Amino acid sequence: MTNSIREIPLSEAFLVIGSNTTENHPVIGSMIKREVIRNKKKLVVVDPRRIELAKYADVFLQIKPGTNIAILNGLAHVILKEKLYNAEYVSGRCEGFEELKKTLEKYTPEHVAAICGLDDPSLIAKAARILAEAKPMALYYCMGITQFKSGVNGVKCCANLQMLLGNIGIAGGGVNPLRGQSNVQGACDMGALNAVYPAYQPVASEDNKAKFREAWKTALDLSVKPGLTIVEALNGAIAGDVKALYVLGENPVMSDPNQHHVIEAMEKLDFVVVQDIMMTETAQYADVVFPGYAFLEKEGTVSNTERRVQLMHRVVEPAGDSREDWLILTQLANRMGVPWEYGSAREIFDEIRKVTPSYAGITYERLEKELIQWPCPNEGHPGTQYLHREKFSRGLGLMSAIEYTPPAEDVDPEYPVILTTGRILEHFHTGTMSRNSRILEKTVNENFVEINPNEASNYNIKDGELVSVSTRRGSIRIKARVTDRPKPNVAFIPFHFAEAAANKLTIDALDPTCKIPEYKVCACKIEKINM
Amino acid sequence: MESIQLTINGKQLAGHRGQTILEVAGENNIDIPHLCYHPRISKTGACRICLVRVNGTMLKTACTEPVIADMDVVTEDAEISQIRTGLLEMLLSEGCHNCLYCEWNGECELQRLCQKYDVQEPSGVFKNRERTVDTESSNGLRRNENRCILCGRCVKACGEIQMQGVWNFTGRGSSTTLTSDMFAKLGDSSCVMCGTCVQLCPTGALSFQTVLGRGQAWDLKKETSVCIYCGVGCQIDFYTNKEGQLVKAIGNENGPNEGHLCVKGRFGFDFVQSDKRLTKPLIKKNGKFEEASWDEALDLVSSKLTEIKSKSGPDSIMAFSSAKCTNEENYLMQKFMRAVIGTNNVDHCARL
Ligand code: SF4
Ligand code: SF4
Repeated sequence: MTNSIREIPLSEAFLVIGSNTTENHPVIGSMIKREVIRNKKKLVVVDPRRIELAKYADVFLQIKPGTNIAILNGLAHVILKEKLYNAEYVSGRCEGFEELKKTLEKYTPEHVAAICGLDDPSLIAKAARILAEAKPMALYYCMGITQFKSGVNGVKCCANLQMLLGNIGIAGGGVNPLRGQSNVQGACDMGALNAVYPAYQPVASEDNKAKFREAWKTALDLSVKPGLTIVEALNGAIAGDVKALYVLGENPVMSDPNQHHVIEAMEKLDFVVVQDIMMTETAQYADVVFPGYAFLEKEGTVSNTERRVQLMHRVVEPAGDSREDWLILTQLANRMGVPWEYGSAREIFDEIRKVTPSYAGITYERLEKELIQWPCPNEGHPGTQYLHREKFSRGLGLMSAIEYTPPAEDVDPEYPVILTTGRILEHFHTGTMSRNSRILEKTVNENFVEINPNEASNYNIKDGELVSVSTRRGSIRIKARVTDRPKPNVAFIPFHFAEAAANKLTIDALDPTCKIPEYKVCACKIEKINM
Repeated sequence: MESIQLTINGKQLAGHRGQTILEVAGENNIDIPHLCYHPRISKTGACRICLVRVNGTMLKTACTEPVIADMDVVTEDAEISQIRTGLLEMLLSEGCHNCLYCEWNGECELQRLCQKYDVQEPSGVFKNRERTVDTESSNGLRRNENRCILCGRCVKACGEIQMQGVWNFTGRGSSTTLTSDMFAKLGDSSCVMCGTCVQLCPTGALSFQTVLGRGQAWDLKKETSVCIYCGVGCQIDFYTNKEGQLVKAIGNENGPNEGHLCVKGRFGFDFVQSDKRLTKPLIKKNGKFEEASWDEALDLVSSKLTEIKSKSGPDSIMAFSSAKCTNEENYLMQKFMRAVIGTNNVDHCARL
């Protein structure tokens, strides 16, 4: 997030797009709800499903999955045309405006409504006016923006809108992605990414290479060639280029798109190591399984969605003969001839501070008593509540002219319904943790497909009936939940349940820049099982 | 903010405009007994336990009375003690408070006050009404209305923090009761089991279902960590009993969550002590996993990775790091791949 959770009360309006906040980030969802209901703040919700927040929205735009760019361009079009944008901010702090303007010309409410499947184009103009008039306005988004082959462009369109309105670099505004896992932010910050060292320093740079060779005192010639992403590595495994895989606390067999393809890759690999807390669907394919510590057995830091670094303390004694994840890696490095000598998470953090400029000022001692958000360049620095305060990190804010492109897979007579996937309140990701938590599992213990009453009557399906959902990649049996939450002709399946795994169905089309898979849209068919 | 000078119990103190007597007292570690007040919800002024004497004469509820310049506040005197004792006796006599069976024994705010004011068992002048006891319908919460003192904290917890509006008062006067969405059973209501109402309830009227273990309040140990689920990063105080079992999770007020949690943070932690946990390294032999020693498993992985690296090059090895692991672990994983294996093939599920 560019901004902070505690700024939610400062926002006068919210645009929530592609985020089912009250289920996936419930505490933030409640905070937004509180502002809207109790303090009469404005709310615009854009989502293919009538999510809970839609109930409280001033305008709810129920768009077709995969049409975010069109709707964001449509909102920007109205803001430009009615001169509701912040001209001073745009000319003083941004670049690329003229080009953006040209591109936006054709995104009239009528054109956009046709793409997005909206009946009433005037709602787009209404939403645009609400968002432009309330200052500051905060934009919140989640995987409903990013999990498309055009995901990166969707994010850029969010930034365009907030730059036009002058809502970046002020308290209560911002472009605020909600991170889906406890430490996605930190894993990115730490360079657990194929192309960057910690603090997003590119591996391709010779300077960075020299810097890290020096810091790590390594004899090895660090590679300047960016590595593979997860989906690329799985393809590489099938092609035979990738031979070994080390999986730390992930469950790609459940979480990655096109499960059949993932399993093929796992089977093809020569050697698989899985380090986890349970025998996951992925661990089944391992040659060696290392038992790691679970979160309540660990000490260390995690960084939340607002860049706040927080300490975890050990709550319970570790299970059996399991070991800390960092210790396992250290012992392995030692065996491979590299003399690492870490004795605690704190010692590792001290090294992180040295090579990660945004974390340089953060210490365990400070974290015990202070709220610190990176960037925090030195120990006297209070941390950063919101980014881009006086100017953008890159200097001028870059507005990008972006055209709408349709998703990889369109519906056709054979697969006539759009399938989208996501999470529910009670469960998390692949279920390794939540489905082994008694109360959560008791509350929701089976998967379901949400279908609109329209489809239900077309296919003669009753609520609670077992149906089959198929795509070009696979087919599952699953209970139907008939509800007007999804837009007509859209079905929704959560992906937490191994016994009816949504990712048997999803497509592995990737965003060309960041390689995110298109989980949020593919074409499916729904069939009655008992005729 | 305009500063205001006042005296509480003879001590010169400074507050600022807009604060109440209770808030200024709290900031200065002066304890004023209270029940319906909680810093996270709007003020009620219903229980009247927080009565204090202002300027030698008037009695005011400290939780609603704003501070004004030169105010002279006394938080306890003979008359106030007597009133508090009387109020507590009434609260007790309307319900049925047997601490022996109560999950909140030892942490109950009502119990603490009754002990402080030496309140005795009620004489039975009030007839007990039939009240709702519902320990089963909800997977997460238990309810025993005999312990309810109608302070309204749960109503506001749900209506102002979770924004679900499940709890409400119904009826009047001595027949006032709580309802959950007008349903008799909590399990049938729209409750999303965030547990905020339980966290704010000052008695044992609302409590949690057992997650793993139980234990007496004075035996429980508390440690703070961060929720493992979504990226909000709620801080949670986890309680363990003498046997080391996890007992409950309470939202920490200093976290980004300001004390609030969702159902996952509240109840999704017992997997840590589940018997499905892996406890020994495993090596697959002839298609079957067999337990192994750490030395054996580490040696095998190290020799295999070394062999593959020398035969097929470092770029033939890939690591998936984890968005559920700590910064330290992610740092070490990327360093391992880059500086030990010699490849940039490391990624995690940020995109998934
Ligand atoms: S658990 Fe949460 S949703 Fe349920 S009644 Fe209590 S505060 Fe409301
Ligand atoms: S308690 Fe809920 S909202 Fe808070 S971090 Fe955990 S999953 Fe997210």
